[in-house]
Amino acid sequence: MLRIEARPEPSRRMLLATPFLAVLLTVVSGALLFALLGRDPLVSLHAFFVTPVSSLYGLGELGLKATPLILIGIGLAAGFRANVWNIGAEGQLVLGAVCGGGVALWFWEVDAPWVFPLMVVAAVAGGMAWAAIPAFLKTRLEVNEILVSLMLTYVAVLLLSALVYGPWKDPEGFNFPQSRMFGEAALMPPVVEGTRLHAGILVALAVALAAWLWQARTLSGFTLKVVGLAPAAARFAGFERRRTVWLTLLLGGGLAGLAGLFEVAGPIGQLVPQVSPGYGFTAIIVAFLGRLHPVGVVLAALLVALSYIGGETAQIEAGLPQAVTGVFQGMLLFFLLATDFLIRYRLRPVARRRGAEGR
Amino acid sequence: MDPIVATTVSVISAATPLLLAANGELVAEKAGVLNLGVEGMMLVGAVSGFAVTLITGSATLGILAAASAGALLALLFGLLTLGLMANQVATGLALTIFGVGVSSLVGAGFVGTPVERLPRLDIPGLSDLPVLGPLLFGHDALVYLSVAMVALTAWFLGRTRAGMILRACGENDEAAHALGYPVIAVRFAAVLFGGVMSGLAGAFLSLSYTPMWVEAMTAGRGWIALALVVFAAWRPWRLLIGAYLFGGVTILQLHAQGLGLFAVPSQVLSMLPYLATILVLTLIAAGSGRRRLDAPACLGRPFRPPA
Amino acid sequence: MSAPPNRLELRGITKRFPGVLANDRVDLAVRPGEIHALLGENGAGKSTLVKIVYGVLQPDEGEILWEGRRVEIRSPHQARRLGIGMVFQHFTLFEALSVRENIALGLEERYERGELERRIREVSEGYGLPLDPDRDVHTLSVGERQRIEILRCLLQNPRLLVMDEPTSVLTPQEVDRLFATLRRLAAEGCSILYISHKLEEVKALCERATILRGGRVVAVCDPRVETARSMAETMVGAAIREPARPAGRLKRAPRLLVDRLSLEPEDPFGTALRDITFLVRRGEIFGIAGVAGNGQDELLAALSGERPAPKPEMVRIGDARVGRLGPTARRRLGLCVIPEERNGHAAVPELTLTENALLSAHGRLQLLRLGFVRRRAVAAFARRIVERFDVRTPGIEVTAGSLSGGNLQKFVVGREILQNPEVLIAAQPTWGVDAGAAVAIHAALLELAERGTAVLVISQDLDELLALTDRLAVIHAGRLSRSFETRDVEIARIGMLMAGVEEPAPAEAS
Repeated sequence: MLRIEARPEPSRRMLLATPFLAVLLTVVSGALLFALLGRDPLVSLHAFFVTPVSSLYGLGELGLKATPLILIGIGLAAGFRANVWNIGAEGQLVLGAVCGGGVALWFWEVDAPWVFPLMVVAAVAGGMAWAAIPAFLKTRLEVNEILVSLMLTYVAVLLLSALVYGPWKDPEGFNFPQSRMFGEAALMPPVVEGTRLHAGILVALAVALAAWLWQARTLSGFTLKVVGLAPAAARFAGFERRRTVWLTLLLGGGLAGLAGLFEVAGPIGQLVPQVSPGYGFTAIIVAFLGRLHPVGVVLAALLVALSYIGGETAQIEAGLPQAVTGVFQGMLLFFLLATDFLIRYRLRPVARRRGAEGR
Repeated sequence: MDPIVATTVSVISAATPLLLAANGELVAEKAGVLNLGVEGMMLVGAVSGFAVTLITGSATLGILAAASAGALLALLFGLLTLGLMANQVATGLALTIFGVGVSSLVGAGFVGTPVERLPRLDIPGLSDLPVLGPLLFGHDALVYLSVAMVALTAWFLGRTRAGMILRACGENDEAAHALGYPVIAVRFAAVLFGGVMSGLAGAFLSLSYTPMWVEAMTAGRGWIALALVVFAAWRPWRLLIGAYLFGGVTILQLHAQGLGLFAVPSQVLSMLPYLATILVLTLIAAGSGRRRLDAPACLGRPFRPPA
Repeated sequence: MSAPPNRLELRGITKRFPGVLANDRVDLAVRPGEIHALLGENGAGKSTLVKIVYGVLQPDEGEILWEGRRVEIRSPHQARRLGIGMVFQHFTLFEALSVRENIALGLEERYERGELERRIREVSEGYGLPLDPDRDVHTLSVGERQRIEILRCLLQNPRLLVMDEPTSVLTPQEVDRLFATLRRLAAEGCSILYISHKLEEVKALCERATILRGGRVVAVCDPRVETARSMAETMVGAAIREPARPAGRLKRAPRLLVDRLSLEPEDPFGTALRDITFLVRRGEIFGIAGVAGNGQDELLAALSGERPAPKPEMVRIGDARVGRLGPTARRRLGLCVIPEERNGHAAVPELTLTENALLSAHGRLQLLRLGFVRRRAVAAFARRIVERFDVRTPGIEVTAGSLSGGNLQKFVVGREILQNPEVLIAAQPTWGVDAGAAVAIHAALLELAERGTAVLVISQDLDELLALTDRLAVIHAGRLSRSFETRDVEIARIGMLMAGVEEPAPAEAS
């Protein structure tokens, strides 16, 4: 018999170990899933996890997909630490793409070095503005930020769709719902020959580094933890919860907006109805898997990016449906949440209790 | 059929999935559990109901499959949050992400295949009455079920001892435990009920509302259902008002799109249900200082009985 | 003919929790119709033992005899069926439910709605415990809430009533009324197991006492013939030194001034503060007595800056008008605070002692440089607290939650005192801590006042205030009474004020 026992102290070893345990369990379940779908599990796993990263191009794709996940994951993780549940990063990403892309389209014929910086400013501002709505409603009226930020995601997607089907449609685009291709000055060229990897990855890594420094070393970063763990203690310490709500939502929104811009100015190069395969939602998994820690987020983002590319490769090579990606991502988060139990509790074998008598 | 009657019938239809899902979530929340996975459970319900109906040709089996699929996901949620004390918000999000993935994996082969719409339960004579006939009779079984469940839930929570115990668990888990009530078991049951209801809501979408399977066809209805519980202040009868209000907004914007009533793109009209949700949440928050009393006091709080 | 069997007898009850032996071979016998005290310090194992009796916890070893028969009590339902009723220290009530529903949840028998209401009225009137079955619990006072708990038990004609620290939330008058009820029950043949650490009460009420220390029975005695001091020493296991009675220090300059402070509650269940006026002088300890829930939490928040006052002049530190300032700004001006709740208010249980040291000291000590935390300075500060205040901990990098209540409280008190406050406000500074820590904390507060700090103690423990303060006042329903010299105060008068019987006279002019 096993008995569940609370640990006197949360286990730091388990805190680091459970993400790996969760990945392992996901891979094992993945193999079972492949077998269930009638595929050879080893071949499928190979196609999913190894093939994509065995070429330079594949590695580039990995970095490309990790970029938005890192950016958004960093912002969300800061919020989650403070118990601010922004789950509308997908909408903030879309707004970033719309605002940044709007600038690119407006200055379509201008080839000047200030175009791109202006796009960045617009994208970040757009993401922030979208996140400011739940922040305002939460700090003023205690409206649940989960529902508001999520509803705004649907609104943002519809807004983008209205634009590319309507006023921003490419006049020479044979009536396809997409904008013009951006001008040279508005695009992010590859930084590594033979790949599509652009400078966004460097920005993402720099952001992660800065976030690490902020959270580990400054009073403002410390505030996040206290607000999240014990709101009354935060008030006692003079840390303002409202300020934290605003800070984390604006940060999350701004970074999501930037991620959106990097997608449209990088690999896509124009505005289309769907600018993201759900990075804003997947980044929630990234944030948790990365233990809400900036360095963890970078590692988790790389792993989850692999599941995106793996899904594509597996579709081409093993004929697996691409939806496998979503299942993998969901399982990963489930296993992580389940194994996190081991941080605060341990299982102890116990002998049957002596002196127990039935009647 | 008179256009006003036809519109009202379609409002009822649009409201039904919201009502089913919100009713299930209300019971779970009354027991103290916040399950944000409604959207995921609905999707899995929708695809299972559709697939089983298509394969067996039996809508009854399809509906049962949808309910079981919803319950299965809810079981997973219960194991994690009630058994392993995982964070309810995070687990609910995981459930939705997982549900989206699984449903599109399972449904990949069914996209675009039509299925026969759930049969209407016509009552000879009554269904033919003018106005009242189509309004009150001639709906399918899930529509009646959705309303009946509201009445049943109101009766259960307000009038039965079991309902009182369920509310006690949501109000003060430690006290309920100290008085000898099985808090975890009660919560588990409530979560499973929520799963069944979300599954049924999904089945209604894929078997009656738009009788086919489309990826992510719930389009945020699971989240709107969550908002409806807040709107209803955790009182079952008020769900009815909220669900029909939202059904109305949905149908209104569809009609406006169809008729080209406003000189705005159709997408802008499609935004209305989502914007209405935000508006409603805001108005409720602004309008009531007593809101803290309405929400179950232990909502979302993990509970583990001492050994 | 032999004597009737004991109503309840425990033999060799042992209960272990991870790292703790809560009960160690405990024997206890309660006779029919006896009022039996279970005495012990916080953490002595009293609550664990009664939870075993009530079936909430299962013992690891030992046996339970009920009226001479061996039983296993697997659940509270079973305990109630045997005839055991329990009034918990932390009420097991449901705020949003009605009195009737709350009582029904504690009964084994099912009643029709009307029948239950009739029984509630019948029993509540019979025992002089008036209650309206249709009221929601959140609208009731603490005393009324306790009546629900007692009625719940009385409705099932209990043969043993367990009361866990029932008087800690009552006014002296309410305590008298409760004792009358208990004596009547005992006369009717119901046994009562009365858990307390208030020795005068036990002397007044109980015929026999079992004393626990560290999970073991250390004595069984007759409290009517023992002295409070002898029982206290048995409880603590050491001789007790009374804190020195402070001398008068009334002539010095005022340091904390509160002037007609009124504040609406934030929380719908909260208490509004009305025209609170008092002052605390340098070197003085001022006490605020009162039953919980009469505005103490709101007052503390308004003084600490967690909730700003409506006007700046309502709260002053010396000459500075601080009413609109936040906690950090007030701390810089020398106001430090020890809130009542350690876990989640004064400290964050999930964070380390170092992080908790930073929590309230970042504004007053030089712990930051350009927004960056000076980690070495913080660690040094944490170590200084641990050393100076004798906090028993394996180190400063363990979580605050892993410390015992007394040790964490010493840490919190030390953290505020080592910031050299001009004004220190402490709410319930020794609530739920062991006697050793309580003595240390009282000594630290006295020493601080000796060095010239103005100290305000808000406490429900009248004995604590009488031992510690120079002057005191009573808070009731958000209003503060005039203040009294502690030396010449009449306890009865304070009791009346706590119960709100006497309308508080306008507060003295400063």
